[in-house]
Amino acid sequence: MSAPNKSYDPVEVEALKPEEIERMRDEALAAFAAADSLDALQEAKVAHTGGTSPLALANREIGALPPQAKAEAGKRVGMARGAVSKALAARQSELEAERDARVLVEEAVDVTLPYDRTAAGARHPLTTMMERVADVFVSMGYEVAEGPEVEAEWFNFDALNFTPDHPARQMQDTFFVQGPEGKTGDESGVVLRTHTSPVQARALLERREPPVYIVCPGRVYRTDELDATHTPVFHQIELLAVDEGLTMADLKGTLDHMVQALFGPDMKTRLRPNYFPFTEPSAEMDMVCYVCRGESVGNPDRPCRTCGSEGWIELGGCGMVNPKVLTACGVDPQKYSGFAFGFGIERMLMFRHNVEDMRDMVEGDVRFTRPFGMEI
Amino acid sequence: MRVPLSWLREYVDLPATETGRDVQAKLIEVGLEVETVEQLGGGLKGPLVVGKVLTIEELEGFKKPIRFCTVDVGTANGTGEPQEIVCGARNFAVGDKVVVVLPGAVLPGDFAIAARKTYGKTSHGMICSGDELGMGDDGSGGIIVLPPEHEVGTDAIELLELVDEVLDIAVTPDRGYALSMRGVARETAIAYGLPLRDPALLDVPAPNSFGYPVKISDPLGCDRFTARTVTGLQPEARSPIWLKRRLQKAGMRPISLTVDIANYVMLELGQPLHTYDRSQIQGTIGVRRAEQGEKLTTLDGAKRVLDAEDLVITDDRGPIGLAGVMGGANTEIADHDAESGTTDVVIEAAHFDALSVARTARRHKLGSEAAKRYERGVDPQAASAAAQRTVDLLVLLAGGTAEAGVTEIIAPTAPRTITMPADHPDKVAGVTYGRETVVRRLQQVGCDVYGQDDLTVTVPSWRPDLAEPNDLAEEVIRLEGYENLPSTLPKPPAGRGLTERQRLHRRVGRALAGAGYVEALSYPFIGENVFDQLGLEADDPNRRVVELVNPLSDEEPALRTTLLPGLLSALRRNDGRGSHDLALFETGLVFHPRDELKVAVRLPVDRRPTDEEIASLTEALPVQPRHAAVVLAGAREQAGWWGKGRPADWADAVEAARTLAREAGAELIVDQGQYGPWHPGRCAELKVVIDGDIVSVGHAGELHPRVVKAFGLPARTCAMELDLDRLEQAGEGVLRAPRISAFPVATQDVALVVDKEVPAAVVEYYLTGGAGDLLESIRLFDVFEGEQIGAGKKSLAYALRFRAADRTLTVDEASAARDAAVALAAERTGAVLRGA
Repeated sequence: MSAPNKSYDPVEVEALKPEEIERMRDEALAAFAAADSLDALQEAKVAHTGGTSPLALANREIGALPPQAKAEAGKRVGMARGAVSKALAARQSELEAERDARVLVEEAVDVTLPYDRTAAGARHPLTTMMERVADVFVSMGYEVAEGPEVEAEWFNFDALNFTPDHPARQMQDTFFVQGPEGKTGDESGVVLRTHTSPVQARALLERREPPVYIVCPGRVYRTDELDATHTPVFHQIELLAVDEGLTMADLKGTLDHMVQALFGPDMKTRLRPNYFPFTEPSAEMDMVCYVCRGESVGNPDRPCRTCGSEGWIELGGCGMVNPKVLTACGVDPQKYSGFAFGFGIERMLMFRHNVEDMRDMVEGDVRFTRPFGMEI
Repeated sequence: MRVPLSWLREYVDLPATETGRDVQAKLIEVGLEVETVEQLGGGLKGPLVVGKVLTIEELEGFKKPIRFCTVDVGTANGTGEPQEIVCGARNFAVGDKVVVVLPGAVLPGDFAIAARKTYGKTSHGMICSGDELGMGDDGSGGIIVLPPEHEVGTDAIELLELVDEVLDIAVTPDRGYALSMRGVARETAIAYGLPLRDPALLDVPAPNSFGYPVKISDPLGCDRFTARTVTGLQPEARSPIWLKRRLQKAGMRPISLTVDIANYVMLELGQPLHTYDRSQIQGTIGVRRAEQGEKLTTLDGAKRVLDAEDLVITDDRGPIGLAGVMGGANTEIADHDAESGTTDVVIEAAHFDALSVARTARRHKLGSEAAKRYERGVDPQAASAAAQRTVDLLVLLAGGTAEAGVTEIIAPTAPRTITMPADHPDKVAGVTYGRETVVRRLQQVGCDVYGQDDLTVTVPSWRPDLAEPNDLAEEVIRLEGYENLPSTLPKPPAGRGLTERQRLHRRVGRALAGAGYVEALSYPFIGENVFDQLGLEADDPNRRVVELVNPLSDEEPALRTTLLPGLLSALRRNDGRGSHDLALFETGLVFHPRDELKVAVRLPVDRRPTDEEIASLTEALPVQPRHAAVVLAGAREQAGWWGKGRPADWADAVEAARTLAREAGAELIVDQGQYGPWHPGRCAELKVVIDGDIVSVGHAGELHPRVVKAFGLPARTCAMELDLDRLEQAGEGVLRAPRISAFPVATQDVALVVDKEVPAAVVEYYLTGGAGDLLESIRLFDVFEGEQIGAGKKSLAYALRFRAADRTLTVDEASAARDAAVALAAERTGAVLRGA
């Protein structure tokens, strides 16, 4: 760099003439504008802003000017360089945007390509249905109780007021378990539970003192051959509430709440007198047909296969816990009362999800189960 | 119980406009389950008339005998001329009265009648059988031959009561009384608020000493026995049409007049009756328990060996009937076609112990109409009325003469009473009915009620099911209407939600489903040959099974000890149906008999069992742990536009176990293992630590090719099964949160060469131990075998990540930790740093 020259007339320095500076600036701007690629722009950048570019050289000359000329020349060159670098940046981003747009277009894919690399799993709808029903009651404060599937007859029958020769005991076709050597037939006192009701007795015995509010989902067994509407292995959910002052109205309200939680706010239940050994009074519980909502009744143009145009679907049995059951489980029937109900999960799944054949729920075909996913 | 509406109207003056459906709805409300209402003669249209057969011409040359008949139908055909009809039945003769349907009529089933050519003749109508008229089996075995007194041309629709409605009621075991017209009529009367004409209200002569001799040796088994005698029955007397029709509509087959009358009275009053041919009884009728091994041939022709608990009716020779179940062949009423028809009968109307009848019926597998009623409870007070009704009908219809002797043996019984607070039904229902309503409703069902705040209720003789205050409450509530119960919600105490165990079971299902497994729920029934298929050793404890007394199939008489057979069947079924890439799971109970089988005794029910008693029941039950299992076959990942797929392999099965262990919060130890169903070189034994002990919980890997073949599975099917209960026990409880460091990580890779047999898990174990606390994680990223490292060797490449909680590690620190790790692994496993 030259030393300052105090006698130097800036006007006399060719490179610093205003028209020269303008020319340099315009040439740079023109070169940038003409650059049609990032590479070309890079070349133009080197040529017009690099250390040997005209403006850089002009800038270097400023130092050699007399002090009185420096300020004006510096300003002039500085403005020119500022304009040049601004134009460069603008062109740079313009070209980058163009490049990016081009590359992203090139990188485009067919997003409609199918992707079945791994198949989704699923839980069985009977499992999730049981959980869903149980959750309705868990949210009300009930607890989930469980019991063994191979069960003592005392729990399955006797404690529930099925006397040894009670006709009702014959209604259920029971799998009996082989006992010790020398015992034949049904002498072992052990059965595959025919309903989830033995868990009632277990829960009362385990919890010792009411209040007891439990719900019990589980697998049960009866000696039916598998066909479209029967299966020897099926699932039930049982509810038991024992407390002071429970009434049949409480039973009705609980049932209403359940069907509303599971099937929608406009659902309701109907009780019809019936007979079960472990409840007295006993009732059969129906709910408004989930499919036709009762509109098929007296309407031959719109028959309903789900309810047979009855308008109601039979859900299961219920009633007030027979005081004899309380006694057998050590609960004072003078002080406490209770209600219970139970129904089949298969049946509920059949009408809630339009399952037509029991075998579909039994065979484990992945095509049936997979669509049910994780929850139901 | 099948209840013809026309018959029901005899006891209750129902409004004429009430249909069967109306009555059905009312009866359902009061608790009788009317399952269906059958419309008899629906769509039936005349002319259907009584005709008299004038001529019969046998037509020859057809495959079956055919008759061309002329029948006098009076003026029903408009001409008065004989009607020409072709008929294939043969059970009638010239002069018989028959039922003729004429052209223009429509029979049930939309069967329109027109003149038609057949067998070379024109048939102008049909001579009808019972079936064609929708009457059911009348025992005639062909067309209906009417008694001769019916006039030619009479409308047969009315004569045969062809149009009616029949309610079919499923009677619950507590309501034996509803197995009678009387009982259903009582409920109908209550439901409609109408008076009941009780058919049991009959004038009955007082018992006397000159009736047929009867001796009751077992008054507990038989607390009432009425015997009446009717003599001089006309053997040629037949059941009138109305009697046959009522029996038919109620679902019973007419047999002979005496038998029909007994059945009719049973249907009417609910009291089973038995009629003995008096000439066949020898001496006194007795009631006693059978002697063990005594023999009796029952009316159905079966020779039965009696049990000492069977209650029998006897005469001087021995048993002549199974009390309340079925009579004996030796005193059977002779058929009217027999040469010596019965003329004198002894009528038995007795009351037998329900339990005794139930046991005998079951013991001899003999469910009769009588047994069905006795088991459910027959009104003991109806016996003498039923006997009287039978006598009356025999006199009326069979021309008999009632003997004056009336035998009646009655064991003294007090009326049954229940005391109950008057507001008990209110408390049960949650409704304020008030004393007045309670008393009124109880009186309606036949109770006598006394008292104010505390009611003393005497229950009617036909309601043995009413024994407790709640039984009475049910009567009140059902008659007040279950549909009128309000809907209230109880307030349970705050619950604790699901237990840890229940949460785990749900998590396990979700985790496996999340990993691509589909849940299958298999039956737990197995045959023991499945253990051979699984390759279990002869002494494998899983071969000890819980056996069923009455399995559905003799091929599968036991309960599973492993989930694999069921899951593998499901896998095979899916594969057979064209789904080949499969990952299935199941969680469920398996069943292991205890070392010593015990009987689960029947504990008393009048008190809480003791803890010892409950424990004794538990000891009689098999051990029932919950298992989880997966099976895999085909591709775990599909090939596709993204690249190659990947077959399911042993590592997926082991990973399923790791997934479960993670959910259980348990540390899973995977060891090389060997167990029956699995490929001996590709079987992992799964272990956990419970209370300081290492416990085996299951196996995972590729199945043994023999097992694959035995079950017919896709090649290289893989499986995992473990004991979920044990895995749960190994859970470490509430997780302690890790401390994470924000300082940079220092990564070091090492490749170690070891003998091929050295398990990677062992190498990793010592690397980890040697690396010390600075080691954040270790990952095996490559396994290599090849010439470069020598035969029988493998190279394991690990990425070690080091980090300190309080500073940035220097390269030297990280290298030192790595060297310490390698040194320990080298010392314990003979590992050599690759390239060193």
